[in-house]
Amino acid sequence: MSQAQALWWASESFWRKTAIWVTAVSFVVLIFLTFDTVKQITAGSKRVPAYSVINQRIEYKFDEKRNFQAPVIGREEPLFGKKLTEQEAEALVSHGKMTTQSKNCIDCHTLLGNGSYYAPDLTKAWLDPVWGSKESREEAMVEFLMNPQLVAHNGIGRKMPNLKITEPEARAVVAFLKWMASIDTNGFPANFKSIDQADAPAAAASAAPAVQPAPAPAQQ
Amino acid sequence: MADTSRFPGSTMNGGQKLAMKYFTVAIALFGAQILFGMLAGLQYLYPDFLFGVLDFSINRMLHLNAMVVWLLFGFIGSVYWMLEDESGVPVVGLGLANLIFWIFTLAVVAVVLVFLLVQVGAGDMKSIWLITEGREYIEAPRWADIGIVVCVLAFFYNVVATFTKGRFTNIAGVLIVDLVALAGLYLAGMFYTPNISMDQHWWWWVIHLWVEATWEVLVGCLMAYGLIKTMGVRRQIVETWLYIEVALMFGSGILGLGHHYFWIGTPEYWFTIGGFFSALEPIPLVAMVVHAVFDAGHHKMKSVNHPALAWIIAQAFGNFFGAGVWGFMHTLPQINLYTHGTQWTASHGHLAFFGAYATMVIAFLYIALQKWRGNVWMGGNLEGAWKWKWAIFLLHVGMIGMVMAMLISGYEQSQIERAIEGSSWMGYFAAQGHPWFIQGMYWRSICGAVFAAGFVLLAWDLLTIGKKEARPALALQGA
Ligand code: HEC
Ligand code: HEM
Ligand code: HEM
Ligand SMILES: [Fe+2]
Repeated sequence: MSQAQALWWASESFWRKTAIWVTAVSFVVLIFLTFDTVKQITAGSKRVPAYSVINQRIEYKFDEKRNFQAPVIGREEPLFGKKLTEQEAEALVSHGKMTTQSKNCIDCHTLLGNGSYYAPDLTKAWLDPVWGSKESREEAMVEFLMNPQLVAHNGIGRKMPNLKITEPEARAVVAFLKWMASIDTNGFPANFKSIDQADAPAAAASAAPAVQPAPAPAQQ
Repeated sequence: MADTSRFPGSTMNGGQKLAMKYFTVAIALFGAQILFGMLAGLQYLYPDFLFGVLDFSINRMLHLNAMVVWLLFGFIGSVYWMLEDESGVPVVGLGLANLIFWIFTLAVVAVVLVFLLVQVGAGDMKSIWLITEGREYIEAPRWADIGIVVCVLAFFYNVVATFTKGRFTNIAGVLIVDLVALAGLYLAGMFYTPNISMDQHWWWWVIHLWVEATWEVLVGCLMAYGLIKTMGVRRQIVETWLYIEVALMFGSGILGLGHHYFWIGTPEYWFTIGGFFSALEPIPLVAMVVHAVFDAGHHKMKSVNHPALAWIIAQAFGNFFGAGVWGFMHTLPQINLYTHGTQWTASHGHLAFFGAYATMVIAFLYIALQKWRGNVWMGGNLEGAWKWKWAIFLLHVGMIGMVMAMLISGYEQSQIERAIEGSSWMGYFAAQGHPWFIQGMYWRSICGAVFAAGFVLLAWDLLTIGKKEARPALALQGA
């Protein structure tokens, strides 16, 4: 075909080559970026802290330079009052994560904003004001997870079913949630108002200003 | 069974007979998808409905796994359907292919029964191997994952062996490369990690790189074949277009993956890369509309198979609106910060999966049925044409209605829960309890019922179309 010469840009062979090159280049770029990203999201990195971070206070504060909220790792505040080694912490968080998978939490909730939309996002569940005070939070979470159907927390009657979560599983889930709250998610969720984690007045006087006081949970 | 010897060209080859089996399971699972979607939708309105018996999570999981499997069965069936035609030789390894069909189907039944009856397990690896992997869309337990990989490998063997033995067309080449990628990506979803960021990072390789890269190209191959078959479009034209689509699709979709890496712990450079490349993703979808509409116009809509052509056109537009427009609306990080994980996402997910993939499989069902019923007439004045016309109409009215309803709820949710209340527990319910949100959820269920009615009509039509037709199919030149 003499036309084929004139219309090189409409020819099959031109587009075949283009398709191969474009795909190959995109894929190679993706591989390079993936190496870097995987490094940056490996537990123990700056963005995704080591599991032993559950030994410390985790806050979510506005970062002036980045112009959004970011997790702040605070002073020592071990989960359930027991300081864990890195290995123990990983085992606990892992048990919690596995529980979230075997109970399909993500088919009602979102985690890091991904999943289902029938129930609240769990990214910062550890910091939610509904848990009351930071002293009662851990036990309140364990109790809730084991028997979520007992108390109504919202006006539309939607409840979380009892998923037969055992106490060790519930504690592990709380560890997982605490750890997840420490991940740097580039400011998602925005405008989140944390539970009050300030120290008692005497100790707090010298400390940096704490997060905003939590609004009273709108019960029922 | 249909009388398969009515008109010339009605003899079904082995791959086509097998395809009919895949199609049968696909349409049954489509019905199951709608059933569980309706149940899940009703639970938004009546939270006590089936509470503790068949919880939302279970209904939703079945809704989505039924969807993934019926679409995959539809695709596999479609490929078996065209394999001998396209390659010019009988399917290699057909006996194995038939065996695999039964294994695959039985495995699906087993997984569904476990989801329904066992539902959840203890928090250990045993549950992940035997009950559920608990990761959205790919909840199938690990044993089933391995089974799926084996089945797909067997399918892959059939395709490659047949094309290498017979004619190796451009469509064949694209299809094979695409299937390698499709199967390879599934492996990215088959491991356990306690690290949720790592988990979701690789999970998106499966989900995004499936639906926004490999599935799109697969559908491009089916579309190419469909246009040749239904309208006799010249092969050179569709194959050139196919390469254009592959270039644009992979060029934007591979790095477009970054639009899922804004908020899961991944670095900030994904804002730029993900935002930019995913914003380009609608371009190949525009190209596909131009292609389908241009070809249809060029052939003056003269087609062997009106219902199939109608669904092909619906695919072009559905893909453009559902994936292209609805995807673009929330793909920039500045917007996605507030729409992420809301009913916006659900609105887009519905229109995209229906518009891009359900439509394509349905088009192929009609192409297949025409031959199955004896290569009968399926042009204008088709006997009982009101059924397919009303089915396509009701399915679209229902789907568009649902999508609009979810979009309105999604707007409200992104404003109240995400922007004002900061996505806390009570912020979430402030949005869920707002009248505007609830109205959206009512309309979702009402339009869902319209969609379900459309499905019933579709199923009836598929069972009957062409049975009473006494005219042979229109013959195309150059098909
Ligand atoms: C069937 C759906 C469903 C499943 C499955 C489910 N949840 Fe929930 N969850 C809910 C609903 C609904 C609420 C809101 C309950 C309320 O307001 O009383 C909730 C509330 C919560 C809360 C408090 C909300 C917050 O923002 O802090 C946490 C924590 C939680 N769920 C954790 C989990 C975990 C962990 C799992 C898996 C082990 C899980 N849920 C599985 C439906 C579900
Ligand atoms: C046929 C192709 C497509 C299908 C089937 C599809 C489907 C989906 C689905 C189901 C989700 C929700 C995933 C989840 O459960 O978390 C989703 C998310 C998303 N899609 Fe698509 N999509 C397609 C194409 C596109 C395109 C072309 C774009 C952009 C231009 C896009 C942008 C997005 C974005 C930004 C999200 C994330 C939403 C969020 O943050 O919650 N999609 N898609
Ligand atoms: C009767 C019709 C349907 C109803 C009532 C329905 C209802 C639902 C409901 C309630 C959800 C859960 C959303 C949430 O987590 O809050 C859902 C999710 C979903 N449905 Fe449907 N559905 C229907 C049909 C379909 C069809 C035909 C498709 C595609 C072919 C589809 C694809 C999806 C997808 C992709 C999701 C996940 C969305 C996401 O995660 O963002 N649905 N559906
Ligand atoms: Fe995507």
